[in-house]
Amino acid sequence: MPFLPKAMLLVAALGLAACNNPDRFGAGGAGAGGAGAGAGGGFVDTTGLGDPNDPASIAYFNQRVGDRVLFAVDQHTLSPEARQVLAGQAQWLNTNPSYAVIIEGHADEQGTREYNLSLGARRAAAVQNFLISQGVSAGRMRTVSYGKERPIEVCSDEACYAKNRRAVTVLSIGGGV
Amino acid sequence: MSFSHILRSAMVPACALALLGAIALPQPALAQNGPLRIEITEGVIEPLPFAVPDFVAENGEAAEYAANIARVIASDLSGTGLFREIPPQAHISRVSSFDAPVAYEDWKAINAQALITGAVSASGGRIVVKFRLFDVYSGQQLGEGLQFAGTPQSWRRMAHKVADAAYSRITGEGGYFDSRVVFVSESGPKNARAKRLAVMDYDGANVQYLTDSSSIVLAPRFSPTGDRILYTSYASGFPRITLMDVGSLATRSLAEQPGTMTFAPRFSPDGSRVVFSLERGGNSDLYMLDIGSGGLTQLTNAPSIETAPSFSPDGSQIVFESDRSGNQQLYIMSASGGEARRISGGQGRYGTPVWSPRGDLIAFTKQNAGRFHIGVMRTDGSEERLLTASFLDEGPTWSPNGRVIMFTRETAGAGGEARLYSVDITGRNLKQVSTQGAASDPAWSPLLP
Repeated sequence: MPFLPKAMLLVAALGLAACNNPDRFGAGGAGAGGAGAGAGGGFVDTTGLGDPNDPASIAYFNQRVGDRVLFAVDQHTLSPEARQVLAGQAQWLNTNPSYAVIIEGHADEQGTREYNLSLGARRAAAVQNFLISQGVSAGRMRTVSYGKERPIEVCSDEACYAKNRRAVTVLSIGGGV
Repeated sequence: MSFSHILRSAMVPACALALLGAIALPQPALAQNGPLRIEITEGVIEPLPFAVPDFVAENGEAAEYAANIARVIASDLSGTGLFREIPPQAHISRVSSFDAPVAYEDWKAINAQALITGAVSASGGRIVVKFRLFDVYSGQQLGEGLQFAGTPQSWRRMAHKVADAAYSRITGEGGYFDSRVVFVSESGPKNARAKRLAVMDYDGANVQYLTDSSSIVLAPRFSPTGDRILYTSYASGFPRITLMDVGSLATRSLAEQPGTMTFAPRFSPDGSRVVFSLERGGNSDLYMLDIGSGGLTQLTNAPSIETAPSFSPDGSQIVFESDRSGNQQLYIMSASGGEARRISGGQGRYGTPVWSPRGDLIAFTKQNAGRFHIGVMRTDGSEERLLTASFLDEGPTWSPNGRVIMFTRETAGAGGEARLYSVDITGRNLKQVSTQGAASDPAWSPLLP
């Protein structure tokens, strides 16, 4: 039964509160489904998540370090909590230099489409700049904004909006992007 | 618009061979400016009653088009809210011959103030549609009769052309029925929405998909001649402005600059340039791209968000949104950049400005007190009027005659869905545009040739 434990691990990982990059969308995401592989920046998409108990795994980064930070309404400044998460991300990235990074900026649905694209870009850049300030090489990172196109929560209340106003640090194997 | 020359359609492949020609019928032109008249700007309270009996089928093959064409004409005119159809069941007269004298008394008796009669003949892959418009109460023909000829599959376009001519003669405005709308067709749940480009007639007929849903596409815009479309595509994994040839569906990315995101493109009125937003390091500014040479010019240079640019019809100015004052507001600058003057001044935030094809108004999206509105203002920011209000209205686009605005309305919550709506610039006649599923980001084409 070699497959069962693996499957169970995957299910367990997916079920964890921090989620395993639910922003890696099957359609239209940066490098999603291999669509981005070899295109544009040459982002390599297919990467095993690994064991969350392995400190060098993506699963560990997503769940233990924390792959995302949240923002106030129409803001892109980093809160003290966000800085703490990002400091952890920087430390992890500096320890694990083989991973490339795409920082995805998102907005909630309260805003026009174009403005939210710009706002998501500001958020992604705020995260990127912080990581650079913590010693992460700029050459490992790219940013992309999804504006309001990819909410993870679907209700139209602040409880959902708060989780949608986010920047997510997405890892893949590969030294550069 | 002249009907007297050979018509060519560069619009859409399906139409490319469609309309072969339209000619004026050899009938003396009569009173062009009779008493039959609607002033759109005054806001019509009582729609003008009209009748459009089934067109006369002049041969057996034409029978299937004769009634359908009359129905499309009736739908076009009624759909404006300016006209009200007297239904065929109420008609007293039967029109059995296109050239028979009009029984004005019969049409007066049912209070039809305008009457459209017509005939269709079909043979050998070609149909000919002719019509006349009558002012029933003055007992006269209004304008000359016209004849359109084309392929059978273009019958709806011929009906739209008849309706455009009637609308135009009665209102004194240009028509907008023979036009298309490019939009984003949406499917799937809110947190994994699939989007693809589609184009349809202004009334939702003849939908054609232009892309698959393998990557996000946003905010398509027609070129001034309708033969190309600009939009934002995530096909590379990153938002890039993309140019599509409508005939061949060939696409190419424009203004590719590593590490940047490009979006919100719009054509210049001559179709040779694109104004758009380019984001670098988190900051969005406006740029101009010359499509032919690839030359790129930066128009704004500010740490604020500059986006959603739209040209004035004469190409000399650009209206756009910026949060340089602290929140989203509307600004106008020269098309070569430089100083911008703020035009919006009311409560709330203003975005997605679009210059009217007539040049007189700016349509916009406004956010205020938790609601979204579509509104219009003069180009100096005066006379702001909000036309709609809902949980989420955004992204106005103008009808070719500058009298109607189409936009996206999205409902709230997990089951929230986007649909297309239209509203008159008077704020009247708000209605949903018929689409098969969810739809967003409409952009109206110019009137087809």
